[in-house]
Amino acid sequence: MSAATLSPRHGAVSSSVRHDSALKHTTGEAIYLDDQAGPPGMLHAALVTSPVAHGRLKGIDAAAALAMPGVVAMITAADIPGVNDVAPVGKDEPALATDKVEYLGHPVAIVVAATRDRAVHAAEAVRLNIEELPPVLTIEAALANESVVWPVMEMKRGDWAAAIAGAPQRLTGQVKVGGQEHFYLEGQIALAIPGEDGDMRLVASTQHPTEVQHIVSRLLGLPYNAVTTEVRRLGGGFGGKESQASLVAGLAALAARKTAKPVKLRLDRATDMRVTGKRHDFLARYEVGFDDEGRIRGLDILLASRAGWSADHSPPVMTRALCHIDNAYYLPATRARGFCCKTNTQSNTAFRGFGGPQGAAAIEAVVEHIARHLGRDPLAVRQLNYYGDGGRDVTPYGQRVFDNLLPRVTQEMLASSDWTARRAAIDAFNASSPVVKRGLGFMPLKFGVSFNLPTLNQGGALVHIYADGSIRLNHGGTEMGQGLHTKVAQVVADVFKVDLDRIKITATTTAEVPNTSATAASTGSDLNGMAAFAAANTIKERLIGFAAAHFGAALDQVVFQDNQVRAGNHVLDFGELAHLAWFHRISLSATGFYRTPDISWDPQSMTGEPFYYFSYGAAVAEVAIDTLTGEHKVLRADLLQDCGRSLNPAIDLGQIEGAFVQGMGWVTCEELWWDAQGRLRTDGPSTYKIPGSRDVPPIFNVRILENSPNPRPTIYRSKAIGEPPLLLAIAVWSALRDAVASLGDHRVPVSLDAPATPERVLFACEDMKRRAALR
Amino acid sequence: MTDSSRQRVALALAINGRRHRVTIEPSTTLLDLLRDELGLFGTKKGCDMGACGACTVLVDGRRINACLALAVMQEGRDVQTIEGLAEGEALHPLQQAFVEHDALQCGYCTPGQIMSALGLIGEGRATDAAGIAEQMSGNLCRCGAHPNIVAAIAAYAGA
Ligand code: FES
Ligand code: FES
Repeated sequence: MSAATLSPRHGAVSSSVRHDSALKHTTGEAIYLDDQAGPPGMLHAALVTSPVAHGRLKGIDAAAALAMPGVVAMITAADIPGVNDVAPVGKDEPALATDKVEYLGHPVAIVVAATRDRAVHAAEAVRLNIEELPPVLTIEAALANESVVWPVMEMKRGDWAAAIAGAPQRLTGQVKVGGQEHFYLEGQIALAIPGEDGDMRLVASTQHPTEVQHIVSRLLGLPYNAVTTEVRRLGGGFGGKESQASLVAGLAALAARKTAKPVKLRLDRATDMRVTGKRHDFLARYEVGFDDEGRIRGLDILLASRAGWSADHSPPVMTRALCHIDNAYYLPATRARGFCCKTNTQSNTAFRGFGGPQGAAAIEAVVEHIARHLGRDPLAVRQLNYYGDGGRDVTPYGQRVFDNLLPRVTQEMLASSDWTARRAAIDAFNASSPVVKRGLGFMPLKFGVSFNLPTLNQGGALVHIYADGSIRLNHGGTEMGQGLHTKVAQVVADVFKVDLDRIKITATTTAEVPNTSATAASTGSDLNGMAAFAAANTIKERLIGFAAAHFGAALDQVVFQDNQVRAGNHVLDFGELAHLAWFHRISLSATGFYRTPDISWDPQSMTGEPFYYFSYGAAVAEVAIDTLTGEHKVLRADLLQDCGRSLNPAIDLGQIEGAFVQGMGWVTCEELWWDAQGRLRTDGPSTYKIPGSRDVPPIFNVRILENSPNPRPTIYRSKAIGEPPLLLAIAVWSALRDAVASLGDHRVPVSLDAPATPERVLFACEDMKRRAALR
Repeated sequence: MTDSSRQRVALALAINGRRHRVTIEPSTTLLDLLRDELGLFGTKKGCDMGACGACTVLVDGRRINACLALAVMQEGRDVQTIEGLAEGEALHPLQQAFVEHDALQCGYCTPGQIMSALGLIGEGRATDAAGIAEQMSGNLCRCGAHPNIVAAIAAYAGA
């Protein structure tokens, strides 16, 4: 028996342990994909992309480009040995254009050269012969043409038409919310390394290593076991490195196959923004029937998203939008339809929230419309419509809201934000301030956790203990800053009751944990944490059995504690036990697997219980607007977010703050703008404005809801955190509307689309003044 | 660019206190010199167009975007990068403050944030949290770690 370490164990579950790479991030030693000298002989690729939004591709003239020094090869669709398709969900989404180009930026060919500069210059020298066709560039135009990438979806409950017709009050309206560029600070990048027997190894900045594997296999005509994907960390993903990363990796693999050399493809910022998809902008048109107090009786709503040129993730994004069209509200009779509009623009994709934010934003606008129409406080109308008891607890898709925390989070938020007093103070301020107006906004949140498609809700892990007691952890999730690796390592450390630094965190790879889902839908720690828990417990049970037999103790007398193991009267270091177990030929390696129980989804009827649980929250935001210029500022934000029993409060707080700021960008300053030719004009940080440090509210109170363990048996009763808090930023949009509404004494509905740029706020003010004067 | 313009030129400068002599193409940016020629990968390329701050380094104590600066213009200058801060195992106190305040998520902006903050403190303008937030707005953080970044800088600067 060696000297015991009596200090409390470092890195326990529910403690605020640092991000696993915190130190390396501050010293610059954390290695991202572009921070490595590539393998010997590595070449660089650059893309040839369509200069027009729509056209027939007649020819590619690469003579000049191929003659340039250092240029090795050009790859077009004709060179693809397998199937030219990178669709994650549907099919027929070519990696390289064949006979038509469908957006400005559509990849047509890849040029490979000795250096990146030479590849880029040669790519510019490739001449494309394209016969231009008229493009469809807006949701409205696509709707008018019934141009969609997917069959129209319909979620229905009850006799919505009769409910609306029979309601004492009725309104119709329209609202638009904008898209969003991911702007991960590390751009898209992949390195493809050919191996023996036609094998291909991909090192990629991807949230979905398995999908990279599948798509590269498809493009190259290989079985999955010939392709391996590896990723240590991403410099941000936010959904932008799911399917879009598979495209980039797929193109790198095609170039590597053709040249038989390692090839790196890194998109520069403008190319990245022109080529890859973004958050979908949405248009919502609605008719709503309600009673004289504002209680909704029936809703008929149409959601139309800009899918872009192909389906990509548009169908599941629309599904999630429709599943969040209720947000916090009971909608007794509903028809909600979803149109994924086909446009000649980038193929839009996953982005933190995955349609949830757009769905919730739409219903928030509807509820506020009702409130202002009735001259009632939007907060009161919100609360009136909350999910509750007495049958008011079933979503339009048929799932019961079994774990409703809305009344609690609302009450706590109103108290902690001092709502009543501030409401009065703001009204008083506005009464005496003719130009600058203040607004107070509220956002209640209910977000469904799990992938809508039950199949995807599975996770895997692989844990080894070496004979010295050091532990190696691998799981299917990817680390993109959200602290997933830290959380999963905390779980394993807790099973063995050892210090966190005993556990080596390793790169995610399809070679160690196969058939994984994307690190997405906020499910990273739910799925992989549980899988790692299972793997670690398998080994632990073996160790318990071994120690009991070896030391002649009962099974329940073998206890792991503070880096040690006690077996009856024997106490030994965890490392000593590992060594002993190895010596006696006990297997110290195990896989773990988890599938979320009790979930179901029928995509035809759009009903089921798709979410294992809901995450709740509430936010209050206060803004000031200048009614003569539209300029505005968020003065204060208060957030309360349910994390269940947080696995790591420090990491969760960072997620809440970061998601809120990102959401604030989405609803205020981030505007994507295409010109009449379909060229994205906001293709860099100088034209596309993401929030910076000066945009963070000067008073920013962020809290995790206390004492609310997940009623479901999730990993240590925690809840997912990646996406839900992004929706809290809708409070800012709500506050801006409130400020505008003050110009009409809060009795005239506000029309203010998102992003609420100064321009839109100004127009909304002008519009409000005009309409208020007419009353 | 044609190949005849790729005449290489000699350059002498100090990086993190060490003198370097290199021959480079005149069009090489300071960022590419650091990363591609010298293997100093701590300084990141976020946009390569001078608008994100990920590539911030100090030149003679002033913060600049290394992606916008030509390397040849740094002749005789003193360049400081993230790699030059820690002394062996001992972190620079500002690095320590970033760790302690969880002032990072994906980490891609972190080296630029730290170098920019050092520049700001050198300018004598890190006087309060609001001022720091204003003066650090050239360093984008898409993960939204700003509150902790500002707190870390304020703690180190004693603001
Ligand atoms: S990389 Fe230099 S400012 Fe963005
Ligand atoms: S930590 Fe990810 S960009 Fe700042």
